[in-house]
Amino acid sequence: MVARAPLTRHDVFEILNGVMDPEVPVISVVELGIVRDVELSGADIVVTITPTYSGCPAMREIETEIRGALQAQGFTSVEIRTVYAPAWTTDWISAEARAKLEAYGIAPPGPAVRDELVSIGRRPSTVRCPYCKSTHTDRQSEFGSTACKSIWVCRDCRQPFEEFKAI
Amino acid sequence: MPDSPLVQYLLRLGDDRLVLGHRTSEWCGHGPILEEDIALANIALDLIGEANLLLKLAAQLEGADRTEDSLAYLRDAIDYRNALMVELPKGDFGFTIVRHFFFAVFSLLQMEALQKSTNADLAGIAAKAVKESRYHVRHSAQWVVTLGDGTAESHDRAQRAVDDLWRYTGELFLADDIDREAASQGFGVDPSTLASAWSAQVNDILMRATLTTPNVSYMQRGGRDGKHTEHLGHMLSEMQIVARSHPGASW
Repeated sequence: MVARAPLTRHDVFEILNGVMDPEVPVISVVELGIVRDVELSGADIVVTITPTYSGCPAMREIETEIRGALQAQGFTSVEIRTVYAPAWTTDWISAEARAKLEAYGIAPPGPAVRDELVSIGRRPSTVRCPYCKSTHTDRQSEFGSTACKSIWVCRDCRQPFEEFKAI
Repeated sequence: MPDSPLVQYLLRLGDDRLVLGHRTSEWCGHGPILEEDIALANIALDLIGEANLLLKLAAQLEGADRTEDSLAYLRDAIDYRNALMVELPKGDFGFTIVRHFFFAVFSLLQMEALQKSTNADLAGIAAKAVKESRYHVRHSAQWVVTLGDGTAESHDRAQRAVDDLWRYTGELFLADDIDREAASQGFGVDPSTLASAWSAQVNDILMRATLTTPNVSYMQRGGRDGKHTEHLGHMLSEMQIVARSHPGASW
């Protein structure tokens, strides 16, 4: 076996950047902002993650995949810690990852809403159709195939599509 | 410390969301339209997810041998601490929506306040729940207006739901020693302080929905002390049967 230099924290982030979100397989758990921290101590590693939604059913699978990816690189002791604060926000998704989402057919999230009041009624759409790029779009439902997405339809190209909800 | 005010307070928060989440999950496959079926399943998932985090924290702080799973699946109705409103059968779509609206407005106010909890874990859970509750309020409020200001039948059913549920709203804002302890220690919020903001928001939407706010003075109570309606036991028997029939089973 060839001895190699110990992996750095940066290397670990590179490895985790290869772990894709199970529901949105074009962006990684690092790009999504789920991986919050990595601590290394010899062959021991602690990865800190945060859930997107409280009830996201993909979190267990994400943990398993993170563990598997690190064990494949020789880390025998992998601990995964879950933190809830600060609460995950779509603002953590990088510009590069947003472009990947749009290319995959999911409208990327706008800026997260921080106002205290809940606005009700029809709001002007700022969501751009990932297919024809029109903003002539209508929300069909706040809730889509997963907790993190809503359902839209484009009134120009008539294509239904999903939007990554800004939270 | 099983009887610590913090543990008791967390059980109330967790049980409200677990019971309402389970009731909401009963719509899965039965929604009036596909989008609503998906929406209700998503809301159920949010509520059960929040309950999972809250009960896990309660179990950790309790320091006994219990987990979030044993709290959910192995407690009897008398040990549940949810408000009565959330355990009532799901009713028709109008009843489900009006109940969601009443609870979501309450939950958003409660979770906004709990973001400042002196318990850092609870503050973190609340910060996540606030984001989810905003969606729940928007979704249910839009539906209340659509149903109330809709056809004669949808208006009547929505009004009936408002009338039937109103006497269960008072319990949400009743404060007892545990709530007062929560507020004075700083880990929780006294629910009576949320009542006026809740009334303002709810009355505004009911007015827009052409629905009448009931004039009822008698309010039901008892859930926080384990005195429940007969409906909770039936719901738990269904929710808990697999866990109780096959103790420790995993897959």
